[in-house]
Amino acid sequence: MKNREPLFHISKRDDLSMLKVWGIRLIAILLALVLCSIVTILLTRLNPLDVFAAVIKGAFGSKRKTWVTAQNTSVLLLIALALTPAFKMRFWNVGGEGQILMGAWAAAACMITLTDKVPEWVLIVLMCVASIVCGALWAAIPAYFKAKWNTNDTLFTLMMNYIATQLVACFAIVWENPKGSGTIGIINNASEFGWIQIGNKYLLPIIVALIMTVATYVYLNFTKHGYEIAVVGESERTARYIGIKVERVMIRTLLVSGGVCGMVGLILVAGINHTLTTTLAGGRGFTGVMVSWMSHFNPFTMILTSFLLVFLNRGASEIATAFSLNTSFSDILTGIIIFFIIGCEFFIRYRVSFRSAKKKEG
Amino acid sequence: MDNKEPIVKMRNITKRFGTKVIANDKVWLDIYRGEILSILGENGSGKTTLMNMLSGIYFPDEGTIEVDGKEVVIRSPKDAFTLGIGMVHQHFKLVDVLTAAENIVLGLEEPFDMKAATEKIRDICSRYGFDVNPEQKIYDMSVSQKQTVEIVKVLYRNANILILDEPTAVLTPQETDRLFAVLRNMRSDGKAIVIITHKLHEVEEISDRVAILRKGQFVGDVLTKNTNAEEMTNMMVGRAVQLNIERPEPVNSKPRLEVKDLTVRSQDGILKLDHVSFSLNSGEILGIAGISGCGQKELLEAIAGLQVAETGSISYIEDDGSRDELLGKDPLEIRKKGVSLSFVPEDRLGMGLVGNMDLADNMMLRSFRRGHSFLTDRKAPHELAETVVKELEVVTPSISTPVRRLSGGNVQKVLVGREIAAAPSILLTAYAVRGLDVNSSYVIYDLLNKQKMSGVGVIYVGEDLDVLLELSDRILVLCGGKVSGIVEGRGADKREIGRMMTSLGGNTEK
Repeated sequence: MKNREPLFHISKRDDLSMLKVWGIRLIAILLALVLCSIVTILLTRLNPLDVFAAVIKGAFGSKRKTWVTAQNTSVLLLIALALTPAFKMRFWNVGGEGQILMGAWAAAACMITLTDKVPEWVLIVLMCVASIVCGALWAAIPAYFKAKWNTNDTLFTLMMNYIATQLVACFAIVWENPKGSGTIGIINNASEFGWIQIGNKYLLPIIVALIMTVATYVYLNFTKHGYEIAVVGESERTARYIGIKVERVMIRTLLVSGGVCGMVGLILVAGINHTLTTTLAGGRGFTGVMVSWMSHFNPFTMILTSFLLVFLNRGASEIATAFSLNTSFSDILTGIIIFFIIGCEFFIRYRVSFRSAKKKEG
Repeated sequence: MDNKEPIVKMRNITKRFGTKVIANDKVWLDIYRGEILSILGENGSGKTTLMNMLSGIYFPDEGTIEVDGKEVVIRSPKDAFTLGIGMVHQHFKLVDVLTAAENIVLGLEEPFDMKAATEKIRDICSRYGFDVNPEQKIYDMSVSQKQTVEIVKVLYRNANILILDEPTAVLTPQETDRLFAVLRNMRSDGKAIVIITHKLHEVEEISDRVAILRKGQFVGDVLTKNTNAEEMTNMMVGRAVQLNIERPEPVNSKPRLEVKDLTVRSQDGILKLDHVSFSLNSGEILGIAGISGCGQKELLEAIAGLQVAETGSISYIEDDGSRDELLGKDPLEIRKKGVSLSFVPEDRLGMGLVGNMDLADNMMLRSFRRGHSFLTDRKAPHELAETVVKELEVVTPSISTPVRRLSGGNVQKVLVGREIAAAPSILLTAYAVRGLDVNSSYVIYDLLNKQKMSGVGVIYVGEDLDVLLELSDRILVLCGGKVSGIVEGRGADKREIGRMMTSLGGNTEK
């Protein structure tokens, strides 16, 4: 019995064509849906098709829901785009959360302290500058420490998140409105002074996200900066060998990455929420990391990936309310789908060959 | 002797990687007891793949393996050991912080008894003439000692069939002699020994029989005494090859680079270069010989502006005699000074090139800063890539293939091509032909000679003494970070250089 070929072995694939790659991904999603259906039937005895319909209804059920889905997609996309230059350089910027909060904090600070003291356009310019600078600095601090003393980028950027959260919590008391509420409340609720809106209230992040997608694509692929980022990310030794100042590239890239995160904070405060809370980023600084990696750092693929995640998330909350299930169940479904999507990358890179039937007979 | 049964029979062995690469194509191989078999072939001819299947690292797609007349299935290195097959890999697989004995018993499923193990190791050592101290830590050992530990490790597991993958690549001539003596002892003890190599003179020196692979196919096997270097090369390459390296006389040679009292310490304070002084002339090839890790890397990197030095000076001498100090400048500053210095580093894909980038993007490494635009110029590097591919006959599916997909020889052609395209006045090369097949190696020698004839000062750090002796105008021998001596390349003696590599000035008494 021992003299048998192993049951299966794994070997690396040649590069697959785009068509096959997307074919594998499609199969993965279909399989995920099948598993979701089985789980749904077993756990809830509901008709899975009803559940799926509810998911779609949750994301696109009404005009407002469609707009919100598009807006949330844009925000997540912007965050992913912001983090991408850092990750392409293999700098683990998991501090998106903190950089967004600091940008949001700066925008809120301008709005609260300068309202009615300067013309509105001056205020808006100041808010833009302040939030981008704050986000950029929040990212540049860990970059500087890594460049100078080779500190760990993951830990450092992560820790900076907690500092940002505590800072915002502190200012929520300083600026609390009304007194005793412990929150800041809607800033300039009546006058809408300093609110940034284009057309309807959902359009701003969508337009910014589209511009940034193209800009990031060009920056990473066609500029000298982008080339330096790619070389540093692939091999620091090669970068030094051709005379790239790695430390400088590191700090510069994190300034860019943090600056865009800061801008997301500005959009959240001035364009969407009109208030500042510690949960403003809502974990999207981390989800953005996943979007960036799942899309292999391609900005255009990120549109799709961030849409998929937002779609699942919105659908999940819909089925939770529509079928009076608790949210854990929708988390299970989302988990299954993401597991399959990430898992299928393995089959794109490797081939699993099973023991051939012919040999088994012989 | 001729009609005895082989201990290993490999039949119709095929191994594919992906759909395009056939590493082994229906290979037949017999291995006999009490015989040393060489497996000879160029790089990428499938020698190591074939042996990896025998030692359980890969699993063949097709074909059968018989050991002692019984068909077997080898699924893991453990299965291989059970059958008495052991392999010493090119890259040693030892734990640095453990002792030799601890490394040897590591992973064995037997009662842990260090004392008995040490006893058994001593026994093996005295039987075959190994010189190894079981209690010594690996990090304290030289490359040749580490190799010895690997061999003892295999013997400790009672291997009867011993496979060594390019065992002499890292050894000095003296160490090679010692290894060969031990191998002969093992042969007379009835063990079957296989060595993978591409050095012809070693095949002639040590082996009884030689099996030749070419492009994954088995070309044939012959008794070593019935063949000669030319015939083997023809079988290996598939056509007749000129085996002499040219060495034109230097023309119009004048000092180009002067290194004085260069002292370099590694980050953890170990002395890597100790008051090294020498000069390099234009239009000459200066060979640098030495056991690996004797400061070659630090020396080249210091000249290229990548290594901080403690003391000393490196001055570049212009044609008009004016001098520029290079030490303390980074590569960009050196370039801005107008010193055109090209460097082919040892680590091609980790330093000289970016493996995941395509040929054109790799050409851009040197030139991407050109122009004032914020955007990069993609056209010039693309054209350069095309020229290099055409002139150096680089085999690649296209300009937009990531360089890590190319074979070693083609990777090196891309790197050397780019460095030469920068029209250097000094060309530094580290192990320029390591891992390259015969053809590619000669292409590289040719390129270096052409650079020399056009007045470039070339530094050639090499490990193959035969090549160093044939190619270099002068040879600088390093020993433990010091200059052991500088000798004329013409008429230099290999043994003498070997001695200088192991002791300063070649004084064996010391």
